Amino acid sequence: MKQGIYTIKENKRIADGIWKMVLAGDGTAVTAPGQFINIKLDGRFLRRPISVHDADDTSITIIYKVLGRGTEDMTSYAPGKELDVLAGLGNGFDPTASEKPLLIGGGVGIPPLYLLAKKLIAAGRSVQVVLGFNAKEDAFCIGEFEALGCKVSVASLDGSLGVKGFVTDALPSPDTYDCFYTCGPLPMLRALDGAIPAGIPGQLSFEERMGCGFGACMGCTVPVKGGYKRICKDGPVLAREEIVWEK
Amino acid sequence: MGEVTNRLAVDLCGIALDNPVIPASGTFGYGREFAEVYDINILGTFSFKGTTKDPRLGNLTPRIAETPCGMLNAVGLQNPGVDKVIEEELPNLAKIFHKPVMANVSGFSVDDYVYTCEKLDQQPQVGWLEVNISCPNVHGGGMSFGTDPAAAAEVTRAVKAVTAKPVIVKLSPNVTDIVSIAKACEDAGADGISLINTLLGMRIDLKTRRPILANTTGGLSGPAVFPVALRMVYQVAHAVSVPVVGMGGVTTAEDVLEMMMAGAAAVEVGAANLVDPFACKKIIEDLPAAMDKYGISTLSELKG
Repeated sequence: MKQGIYTIKENKRIADGIWKMVLAGDGTAVTAPGQFINIKLDGRFLRRPISVHDADDTSITIIYKVLGRGTEDMTSYAPGKELDVLAGLGNGFDPTASEKPLLIGGGVGIPPLYLLAKKLIAAGRSVQVVLGFNAKEDAFCIGEFEALGCKVSVASLDGSLGVKGFVTDALPSPDTYDCFYTCGPLPMLRALDGAIPAGIPGQLSFEERMGCGFGACMGCTVPVKGGYKRICKDGPVLAREEIVWEK
Repeated sequence: MGEVTNRLAVDLCGIALDNPVIPASGTFGYGREFAEVYDINILGTFSFKGTTKDPRLGNLTPRIAETPCGMLNAVGLQNPGVDKVIEEELPNLAKIFHKPVMANVSGFSVDDYVYTCEKLDQQPQVGWLEVNISCPNVHGGGMSFGTDPAAAAEVTRAVKAVTAKPVIVKLSPNVTDIVSIAKACEDAGADGISLINTLLGMRIDLKTRRPILANTTGGLSGPAVFPVALRMVYQVAHAVSVPVVGMGGVTTAEDVLEMMMAGAAAVEVGAANLVDPFACKKIIEDLPAAMDKYGISTLSELKG
């Protein structure tokens, strides 16, 4: 974890209710794909945890969904504004766990998979990606994954884009991947666990209301097999075999 | 050069503190997460995560909700239990923190408190026992001991009977007359009083029309509660003769001075740590300039 002041370079709407923000500052604070940053907003007490979409030495990019008053405030922030950010939070995905990776993202769960795809492509893996949206209007990032060289399939609930249905309706044959990485709404994660053969390992990124974001307050603890884990510090990525689905 | 006196030094129940700044229980774990980003030995001490006789997973999530100038939490005393704290957390802590630590203890019966306090009292690293009779987020025990003078006195007396270290009783603000509870604890042998724990509150999600917290209610903390805390610290400090540890919404060096002017011997910092992991470090660094600004030469002169 590193605390730093980051300057907004870009903040724009990229789909219905979805915004992209580029922050200039120490991008090396992000040490793994799938990590998140925690942003202090004007007039809000708690920081807002947002997953990292991309990072390089001098910038961090996030893609956020307007969900409440905090993220609504963020849409009004103009380039040049400075933000107090805690970066490098959470465990992140382990890109070394797979030879033939499958990445599955649902809605605003897609962004953290981008930096992962980048690392996997850089390591010479051929990467399959399945992206799920409600409709064409809220779709984003498809071209970015394609530009990396990923094989991308898309599902939309209303059928306006790609396969009509859920991401589970667009999964490739299980013999084409040896591990899956995913982030998205809880029902989607649960459905994937049911749809993908039990022998295939998975890394699943979870969301939870957080207090601190760095493991101090125990605000986001969930039960796992053999104990409990803090989503912010021990997660947000949990291994498939340790997840307790009943809640 | 003559001896440089430490302007920030204070005494808490006979143990010297380099400064009055103490991260409050439940906002600092067992120190590890903060030791990763700064040397926590600069702290006066810290009060570790509320520890109970048996391990506790705590409440279901969501456990956290935001409020104007503060937050609600309903963690529900998640902790690994006193035996594991002694086996694992304290040896870990010894590597990163070399001062006496404040052991925060909770329970669901008088016997629970006695069991846990007796064990922690024997740990050389423990300087003080902070007996939490004020957790609002558990059912049975917790706050119920802190809302009745007779029950508060009973816990205090029982713990004092099995311990040698200073016992500081942590009080709930969710009472009509906090002075009567404080006095009952003092009469039962408490070596100090700390206050306030969180104020009971709730929020409802407008979209789902249901409480945000899985526990329905939670404890309010953060700057929103500071004036309430200050008032209660003032009332209690003027009514008892044992040291009072003030807490509740403390965020800045100025807040620390205000708490001490109200009668606090030392000051705990809670929710601020969760928003800014460096909050306590910044407060300690800011104290000398804040003291200069208000003509305070040493903190020990403020108390009283």
